[in-house]
Amino acid sequence: MNLNIETRNEVIVIYVKEERLDAHNSGDLKSEMQRLFEEGKKNILVDLHDVRFIDSSGLGALVSGFKNAISHQGNLKLATLQTQVKSMFELTRLHRVFEIFPSTAEALENF
Amino acid sequence: MEKRAIEVDIKVPNQTRYLSLIGRIGEDIAKELDKFGGDRETLAYHINLVLTEAMVNAIKYANAEDPDKMVHIMITIADSELTIRVYDNGQGFDINSIPPPDFEKLEDRGRGVFIIKSIMDSVRYRKIDGGNVLEMSKRLQ
Repeated sequence: MNLNIETRNEVIVIYVKEERLDAHNSGDLKSEMQRLFEEGKKNILVDLHDVRFIDSSGLGALVSGFKNAISHQGNLKLATLQTQVKSMFELTRLHRVFEIFPSTAEALENF
Repeated sequence: MEKRAIEVDIKVPNQTRYLSLIGRIGEDIAKELDKFGGDRETLAYHINLVLTEAMVNAIKYANAEDPDKMVHIMITIADSELTIRVYDNGQGFDINSIPPPDFEKLEDRGRGVFIIKSIMDSVRYRKIDGGNVLEMSKRLQ
C-alpha cells in the first residue's frame, strides 16, 4: 500500500495515499505502525485525507495501532477524515477512543 | 422480475484484491437508482461497505482463504428493495452466531457483522446446495 512517512516536530506522520483502507491493504498500515513503535518512536499521526472508504478491517488496523501506542507509552492520533470515514468511527463508537483533528497542523499542535 | 428491476450477478476469485472492484460496482448501482429520494452518497457508501464486509466474511471464514474457490455475489433491486446475496462454497460461517461487539473493550476485530446488521434491515444465512448464502435486504425510500 502507498504510505508517505514524514517526521515533523518529533511526530511521525503517516499519510495514507490510498482511496480505500480495507481488508486487502490495512495489514500493511498495521505492520508499519507496529514497526515504528517497536523502533522506539513515541508519537504517530495518521493522516487519512485521501481515504474515501474504510471498512471494519481498516478500523481494526487503527485500533491495533492505538493499542500498540499504549503498550509503548506512546500516542496515536488521527487527522483529516472525510465525512463518510468519520461516520464509520461514530457508528462503531471509535470516535470516543481516538483523538481526531480536522487538520494535520492542529493535530501536530496537540502532541 | 418486474420491468424496472436491476440484477447484477458477479463471480470473482476468493481473494481480497477484488474487494474494490465489487465495492465500485455497488456504488455505481446506487447512483443509477432514479427513484431513490434519500442521500445517494451515503447509500453508495453503505452498499460498498456491506458488499466489502460480506465478501471478506466469505473469503476469510466461509471459504477459509482458499484462493482457488470463488465468491458469487448477486445484487438485486426490485420493488424499492435492495437485496445482496453472497454465496460461498465452503464450510460456512453463520454471521448470526456472532455476538455484538463490546464497545468498552478495544478489540481489533469483530465489527464487520455489526456494521452489516446496522445498515441492512434483514440479514439471514442459510444452507443451499453446494454451500451457503448470506442474504441481506434493505428497503429504499
